[in-house]
Amino acid sequence: MAKALVSERTAAKPGLLQALDPRVRLIGLLVLVISVILCRRLEAIAALWLLAVVIAIASRVSMATLALRVWLLVFVFTGLIAFPAIFLTPGDAILSFANLSASAQGLRTAALLILRVETAATLTTILVLCTPWTHILKSLRNLGVPVEVIAILAMTHRYIFLLVDTASQMFEARQSRAIGRVNTSEQRNLTSRTAGVLLGKSIELSHEVYAAMVSRGFRGEVRLLTDFRMRFRDYCALAIFFCAAGFAVWMGR
Amino acid sequence: MHIPDGYLSPSTCATLYAAACASWYAALKRIKRSIGGRTIPLISVFAAFCFVVMMFNIPLPGGTTGHAVGVAVAAIVLGPWASVLALSITITIQALFFGDGGITTLGANCFNMAVVGSFVAYGVYRLIAARSDVSSQRRTIAAAIAGYVAINASALLASVEFGIQPLLFHDSTGTPLYAPYPLRVAIPAMMIGHLTFAGLAEAVLSAGMIAYLQHANVGLLRQSQSASASTSTSRLWWVIAVLMLLTPLGILAAGTAWGEWTARDLANSHASPVIEAASKSQLPPGSVPAGIERLSTIWTAPFPAYAPTFIKLPSDIRCRPCLVSACVRCCRWQAPPFFASAGSRTREPYQLHRENAQPLRASDGESARI
Repeated sequence: MAKALVSERTAAKPGLLQALDPRVRLIGLLVLVISVILCRRLEAIAALWLLAVVIAIASRVSMATLALRVWLLVFVFTGLIAFPAIFLTPGDAILSFANLSASAQGLRTAALLILRVETAATLTTILVLCTPWTHILKSLRNLGVPVEVIAILAMTHRYIFLLVDTASQMFEARQSRAIGRVNTSEQRNLTSRTAGVLLGKSIELSHEVYAAMVSRGFRGEVRLLTDFRMRFRDYCALAIFFCAAGFAVWMGR
Repeated sequence: MHIPDGYLSPSTCATLYAAACASWYAALKRIKRSIGGRTIPLISVFAAFCFVVMMFNIPLPGGTTGHAVGVAVAAIVLGPWASVLALSITITIQALFFGDGGITTLGANCFNMAVVGSFVAYGVYRLIAARSDVSSQRRTIAAAIAGYVAINASALLASVEFGIQPLLFHDSTGTPLYAPYPLRVAIPAMMIGHLTFAGLAEAVLSAGMIAYLQHANVGLLRQSQSASASTSTSRLWWVIAVLMLLTPLGILAAGTAWGEWTARDLANSHASPVIEAASKSQLPPGSVPAGIERLSTIWTAPFPAYAPTFIKLPSDIRCRPCLVSACVRCCRWQAPPFFASAGSRTREPYQLHRENAQPLRASDGESARI
């Protein structure tokens, strides 16, 4: 929930990405993510990472948020996975100790993996931080995603917060009534029952939501109000995104 | 199990996106037809529920905890198609908002967890639960096993996707470009955790929730049970009808499947032009390779060429796809006169590795179907 609030605040700031049409942001950053995956050279991926940082600074995204939410997290998790590859990948040995030898190919593959994940995650986070959820949904609709999927995404996003709140209240209520330690088996039963109650509440909620939708005129068709307009700067930005992605892929082939 | 961006190659991502898109399309069409207007709120709330369930840490034997995905419960209560959509939505929101899984790998994650997970869970549950009473303990056990098998099937698929990356995508120096571990590392690394902790967590949660519903909301289970029962028999009849209609295709596709030549075929000089024509003008070896010769005698099937040796077939009927060949086999048993005549009409110029086959025009340059 805190993350969602940070996103709303960042999206409201005046910045480079915020000034662009949400569709351009979505397409442009997705094109950059795809180019990251297509690049096969470290230098090209590093250049895309630098570009992502520049976009983040220009869009007034907090570097501390990026460092904590993306760079550190990705480095720790992907690093854990990538580190053994330095020793397990066969190739030219560059360092040996005990029975292990680090290969140049292993080092390069670990660096490729970490840098690629870092860059892709940075670009995705920038998109989410600079674009309100409703705008992302409208942009997805404009890209041809079925309207039913958009409606389900929008409603799910809303009900996640409600159900998280309900679940935490249920656990809190149970804890406030419990005295002493609960053994492992009882904890398992408690968790399963809580999930069961939550499921029942969810189904009940879906019926209520459906009744509310019908009472407001819902007849199975979902309509979204779209008021996005492309301006000259949006076309220019889109062209720049495509050129940057294309150049990176060409450099990193 | 949520694969981040950068672990899979673009072609792997594209393939799995295509597979996931086909499933989403089918699921959307099916769901709209079956539950109509209630679809959107039901799937939305269930997707939110799956998201929240993934946050529940379940205490496991050994002092650790694990979290479930909720795939079995979703498949049992909603049915497999609605479960595909609900879990896909959950995975999408996780990828977009929480960085759990990537954007380019969204298709792969949805295919592994939502599509395969839902169908495996539903299939296993239906298989074990069979026609037992909705409130029976057998259903609880079935849910536990369904959850355990489903999450492990998804994990296995993900590990295979990881494991094939270094084999298929590496540069000239041998550096893997994406996930660096081969199958022999990726599969155990992924499966040990899922066969133990994650699988157990899913089993505990699935069984616990179904047991709870049996006591507190049996109507919900009964509703999903009756919905699946009404569609399952009609679906079966449709499958049988389609297979019956496709049966004649098996008769048209005669010959031996490429690469299924026996030692006798390879030794037969008349078969060489046929094999050569089917192998883009690549000449077959002059003699039978030693390995094929040695291994081909290890086991003799009791029903070679889909028939007992004492039955002399009117002609050769050989079908390429196994499913269609099984149909032909079934139907040949049901109606021998029809297939006997059909088989004689579609006789091939040259039939490989058949007792009664005669080399008719193998050397006249006519291409034969293999």
